[in-house]
Amino acid sequence: MNAAGPLLAVRGLNVHIGESHILHGVSFDVRAGGITGLLGRNGVGKTTTLRGILGLVPRSGSVRLGETELVGLPVHAVVRQGVGYVPEDRDVFSGLTVTENLRLAERQGSVLRYDLVYELFPELKARGSQRAGTLSGGQQQMVALARALLNADNRILLIDEPTKGLAPLVVRNVVDALRRAAEVVTIVLVEQNLRVAHRLVRDVIVLDQGRVSFTGDVDALMNDPELARKHLGLVAAGAAH
Amino acid sequence: MSDVVLLLITGLGLGALYFLVAAGLSLIWGLMRVLNFAHGAFFTVGAYAGWTASTALPSASPWLSWSISLVAGIAAGGVFATLTEVVLIRPLYARPVGQVLVTVGVSLCALALVEGTYGNDPKQILLPDALTGTTTILGAAITNARLLVIFAAALVLVLLLLFLSRTRYGLIVRAGVENRAMVEALGIDVQRAFTLVFAIGGMAAGLGGVLAGAYYGTIDPSRGTSMLIFAFIVTVIGGLGSIGGSAVAAVLVGVLQQFLNFYAAAGVGDFAVVALLAVVLLVRPGGIAGSAPT
Repeated sequence: MNAAGPLLAVRGLNVHIGESHILHGVSFDVRAGGITGLLGRNGVGKTTTLRGILGLVPRSGSVRLGETELVGLPVHAVVRQGVGYVPEDRDVFSGLTVTENLRLAERQGSVLRYDLVYELFPELKARGSQRAGTLSGGQQQMVALARALLNADNRILLIDEPTKGLAPLVVRNVVDALRRAAEVVTIVLVEQNLRVAHRLVRDVIVLDQGRVSFTGDVDALMNDPELARKHLGLVAAGAAH
Repeated sequence: MSDVVLLLITGLGLGALYFLVAAGLSLIWGLMRVLNFAHGAFFTVGAYAGWTASTALPSASPWLSWSISLVAGIAAGGVFATLTEVVLIRPLYARPVGQVLVTVGVSLCALALVEGTYGNDPKQILLPDALTGTTTILGAAITNARLLVIFAAALVLVLLLLFLSRTRYGLIVRAGVENRAMVEALGIDVQRAFTLVFAIGGMAAGLGGVLAGAYYGTIDPSRGTSMLIFAFIVTVIGGLGSIGGSAVAAVLVGVLQQFLNFYAAAGVGDFAVVALLAVVLLVRPGGIAGSAPT
């Protein structure tokens, strides 16, 4: 971690949904800049961690963004602290046009990065008047990413499985966009596609059954057969290359 | 021919009143998932506020007097709805059963208060001469007040559609009807939109209360309850959360009711409307403009 301290500090995050205890005191730091991967097998609590940071699920513990404590704030106030969110299912507003989806994401007082958004996703400009519900999965992902990237005062983006269900060519576009986005904002990325994760992330946090089982450098994890098998279930090191 | 025209326009007028109540119900359910049984009370309070204002503020001009009653009805419906949302419903957002109970309670209390204050007897509405006069359309003499009710509801429909399509809050409401959590995840305080939607719904219902006085010539405490029942039916047939759907359904229900009550027998129209609701629920559960619930 740099001398200025982490951008995001999660301490003892607990999430209960109904009778289930999903996160058991999750703690980790995210340093400013680049992409931090949140990895792990299916159902270990990666999505819930993102939703817990945002406050979309009831949580306890501490989540600090810089000097600001986020636990206790309502979701919209957390987001206004500079947290962008791209959910797993994209959740574009299908009855609204592409332009309306982006307009809705505009935050008062924030510098808007339409130039960057349209540079990354020129298709969105051409399809501005098209209803988002009629877009392909890849195009909807572009809308979801564009909404999060639009506000320049976002300090961190929480992005949940952006390549899920997309064709390989579209995955490549999304990867390029994420790499470019990481030049201007810190990203926490949940990604099941380990090849994609290895290409993009610098630091990794691995979850196992609602607990952090590994934190460190991505290469240290991916290139060590024993660590990769233990934490990610990979049969052999290098499988994610 | 003149009977058909008369029934058609009378049905449109009735549909216009249903729409003024159903529009708010539909938006409130669509955005907030609150089944608002107090909506009929907004209608009743609007009607009596309008009557009180016009009688308490005697004016030389019947138009001015009636205009004051319109403003008073709209304001009373809006204020009552806003207070209901802020004071009673907001603390119960996570408890839908509690919401239902509290809105039923508000409805009963408001009805009792109005009955206690004004009595059960209908109150005559004094209208400007121009509204009590008639206009002949294709041989049918139509009371001008009924034409005004239709015009006013059409104007409210246009204003609501403009609000939804041209304003940021309209955008928030349309998005919130689809996915409220995601709207919040974009940094938007949906709570403000909730209050606004309640206020708009209350104002429309209050306007409906005053216009119902013009349509029927009288007001009485129980009309809000019967309006609420048909407005619920209109809301479901139109598609929960859809203003356009509510408008189409309101016309359908009002006209169907009038024709069958006249050509079949009194009461058959009301029964047919409930049958129509059942058919829509079976064939197209999401209503005319909505999608089937998943």
